[in-house]
Amino acid sequence: MGIVSPGFRRRRRDDDVQLPPGQYLTEDFPVLSAGPTPNIPLDRWEFVIASETGQEYRWTWDELQELPAEEPTVDIHCVTKWSKLGTSWRGVSLDLLMEDVETTADYALAHSYGGYTTNLPLEDLLDGKAWIVYEYEGSELAPQHGGPARLLVPHLYFWKSAKWVRGLQLQEFDELGFWESVGYHDYGDPWREQRYAGD
Amino acid sequence: MTQEYQDGNALAGPLAELFAVDVTAATGRCVSCGDTRRVADLRVYGHALGWVARCPSCEHVMLRLVRAPDAAWIDLQGTLSLRVPLPPA
Amino acid sequence: MSPRLEWRVATLAGVRQETPTALTLLLDVPGWPGHVPGQHVDVRLTDEDGYSTQRSYSLAAPADGDRVELTVQRVKGGEVSEYLTDTFSVGDPVELRGPVGGWFVWHPSRTAPVLLVAGGSGIVPLMAMIRARRQARSRAPFRLIHSVRSPSDQYYASELRRATRDEGGLDIATVYTRSAPTGSARPPRRIGPADLELYGWPPQFEPTCYVCGPTGFVEKVANTLVGLGHDPRRIRTERFGPTGD
Repeated sequence: MGIVSPGFRRRRRDDDVQLPPGQYLTEDFPVLSAGPTPNIPLDRWEFVIASETGQEYRWTWDELQELPAEEPTVDIHCVTKWSKLGTSWRGVSLDLLMEDVETTADYALAHSYGGYTTNLPLEDLLDGKAWIVYEYEGSELAPQHGGPARLLVPHLYFWKSAKWVRGLQLQEFDELGFWESVGYHDYGDPWREQRYAGD
Repeated sequence: MTQEYQDGNALAGPLAELFAVDVTAATGRCVSCGDTRRVADLRVYGHALGWVARCPSCEHVMLRLVRAPDAAWIDLQGTLSLRVPLPPA
Repeated sequence: MSPRLEWRVATLAGVRQETPTALTLLLDVPGWPGHVPGQHVDVRLTDEDGYSTQRSYSLAAPADGDRVELTVQRVKGGEVSEYLTDTFSVGDPVELRGPVGGWFVWHPSRTAPVLLVAGGSGIVPLMAMIRARRQARSRAPFRLIHSVRSPSDQYYASELRRATRDEGGLDIATVYTRSAPTGSARPPRRIGPADLELYGWPPQFEPTCYVCGPTGFVEKVANTLVGLGHDPRRIRTERFGPTGD
């Protein structure tokens, strides 16, 4: 790491809160994008879970809205070192979406509109740990933050919470996603500071 | 209308850490659409976890670069070939 | 030169106010290897927590020994440009690496006509070319078209006035997008084909065109130049991106 720039401060911080190692608190919501923000008309939007046998389970936008929603309030941690506490979301638990899915797969590869992918162990998407969310702080999720809908997996670094999510491919093997294939950690646990491959 | 990208000139520093020649002056062919483009003219999304350079014609990812504290990863899967201008031998 | 690019520690030796929102930083960089006009540097800031961020800035002038100049436009909310223009003080260190970039450059040995088109602070690398031309006593015919919002957003105004008077073969036009000086014949509007035809070179002269500015500006000017008949291979572009901060 370089020399300290005299008087240079990241915008906000608070030393009293317990954060994962190496993280700083932020009040704003930085936008990190690896590509253009996709424009997804809601009447063409769908979410698809494909099992390892090729069976597909689909939800249209309206069908997703009709499912019982949850309103998780969670802390989020970005691998670029900002953390944001107490963010509130509204969406559908993946437990509910996975309820009727027949699978023995151990892994999931999340796919997004625009081509982004990220890989997770399937168990990290279950037991109340993950959601497909479409509202943030009481308003519809803005496109730059992943709207119309994004994956929310707050116990892992935030790149795992794929913006513009389109579906999950369930599989028996672990296939690296967009950032995981160029050096980011396969799992990405902020509390163990798993930023890069080998951490 | 938001312009979310810079251009490949911004890759000059990060790539100069890895290569002895200036890669931004090189011409790459996109795997997806076959267009050839100067690396300096690629669309670079840089305020992210790494640098992602996309083809200006089809937005396909031509180059990715991630810099960790003690290593760099570069991916050129999206670039079929790279023509690097050199001084005459 | 070392093939591997390394961070160097530069020290702020002085500043010059260019516009109400832009400053030129005069930096001393021990062991600076020299550079070609149009090249840029990466600047890295680090805070006490180890949080670190970097941005690219164009070099505004030819090197003078270990002294280099960067002109920084203050971008509202831009954590790097706000630091460099508000907090960074004479005597403070900053990390910098470069020079980098071998495409958007002009070599003073070239004699072909040059068209420079700048949007706002996009003039910075083009100013380095104009200054290098003077330093090398080049006779290459130069034309600069600078698009700015209003008269107070003009960079390097007095130096450019002197240069057009004293240096043969350098023409400068300023076009205003929001408010023009009183008595100006051209109403304020965005740069268009008529401006590029009137103040640029005809395509038959085969000028090398350098276009620098915000992404939208550069796309528009480069497309217009192609539309006017300029060979795309002679158009070199540099875009700041969304914030340029």
